[in-house]
Amino acid sequence: MGVGILVEDLNAWYGSTHTLRDINLHIPANHATALIGPSGCGKSTFVRCLNRMHETNPIARATGVVKMGEVDIYRDASPVEIRRRVGMVFQRPNPFPTMSIYDNVVSGLKLNGFRNRRILDETCERSLKQAALWEEVKDDLKKKSGASLSGGQQQRMCIARALAVDPEVLLMDEPASALDPVSTSKIEDLVFQLKSQYTIVIVTHNMQQAARVAENTGFFLNGRLVEFDSTHKIFTNPHDKRTEDYITGRFG
Amino acid sequence: MRIKFQQSLDDLKERLLIMAGMAEQAIQRSIEAYSTRDLSICELVLRAEPSINRLEREIDQMALDLLAMEQPMAIDLRFILSVIRINADLERVGDQAVNIAIRVREMGAFANIDLPVDIPKLASLASAMVRKSLQAFIEGNAELAKSVLTLDDQVDEMNNAAFDALSALIKEKPELTPQSLNALIIARNLERVGDHATNIAEDVIFWVRGADVRHNPVDV
Repeated sequence: MGVGILVEDLNAWYGSTHTLRDINLHIPANHATALIGPSGCGKSTFVRCLNRMHETNPIARATGVVKMGEVDIYRDASPVEIRRRVGMVFQRPNPFPTMSIYDNVVSGLKLNGFRNRRILDETCERSLKQAALWEEVKDDLKKKSGASLSGGQQQRMCIARALAVDPEVLLMDEPASALDPVSTSKIEDLVFQLKSQYTIVIVTHNMQQAARVAENTGFFLNGRLVEFDSTHKIFTNPHDKRTEDYITGRFG
Repeated sequence: MRIKFQQSLDDLKERLLIMAGMAEQAIQRSIEAYSTRDLSICELVLRAEPSINRLEREIDQMALDLLAMEQPMAIDLRFILSVIRINADLERVGDQAVNIAIRVREMGAFANIDLPVDIPKLASLASAMVRKSLQAFIEGNAELAKSVLTLDDQVDEMNNAAFDALSALIKEKPELTPQSLNALIIARNLERVGDHATNIAEDVIFWVRGADVRHNPVDV
């Protein structure tokens, strides 16, 4: 099951550039939360702070509190532990090109020392079913490389790979922006289904996508969280003029 | 800035204002026909109706295209929804004008007598409601729209008074039943015009504030 995420006074920097300023919000468990905002507003940095990926950049740092359930991820857990609890899917599918579909999906488990064939098989099947890809690839699991799949299939395989380690949170950074409408709708259907089991945070530039899949939406601008509310409220009657200007295309 | 989209919204507003002008003119003409019993004015009202209906369809199509092609959000989405509703109300105002014109034409077959109902005054109040609600739409002025809602009670009261007076007249002088019934229906038509103006005012409030005040005076 997913866990709620509590963020308090989160600030982040790249070198001397202050990219996130005083972010406070609560992301409810087992809901999809969309983050929107113009390029460079800090939304990707924000999600990278939720799995401690931000700090993998040597000039990056962050302060504040991020609690996943009861665990303060910057004080009570290591980055490796956190990334096991938090799966991530990126804008462009990133299969391991030399690995089969099967090995791609179970790579996280293998990395964590799992060698039991039965467990790996079961996990592979479960994850691919969850990612709505099983029927399309079940006969070629070990024959085809992950890179041989279509873009949409690769992205669902990457979602399966993220789900295979049984995370509580799934971060998705523009997961459908490189996909055609059919693949996009499959990813959106997936988000809709998966949120009953996982807490999903999805960064998107597509307003309609946010409106379709997320219960809550946050609007970022210049490193600040301008508004966080129900998606319905954000897209029909936002509180802040800047949010309205952005979503109606009057920005700038 | 979505220039093309903003231009389309402006075009939509302009078309709706043309529609509003036609509906207002239809009501004014129908009342002029009542006051003067000039049947040629009734014909003008009847002949104008197809143009109002055509424009209604055109505006709906424009609004539908914008919803489908531009995926409007927030205040733009509310604006387009309001335009669709106001459009329907204006078309109904046009229908009320036609109904009045038909009644005036029927009244032409009978003697022009003084009836205990001030139709021009009722018409003037209902027309003022329409004008004010449209002014609120033009200005995006929710306060002005609010002021329309209070006028509706006055129109309702005048309509009820007309009903009582004309019912009494029918009982007292049955030979005046045709004129009285026609006047009663005209009063009812004007009361409906007031209701449409109220709807338009509520739509303006929805557009500007995002508040749905229909059937809910607390939110006003």
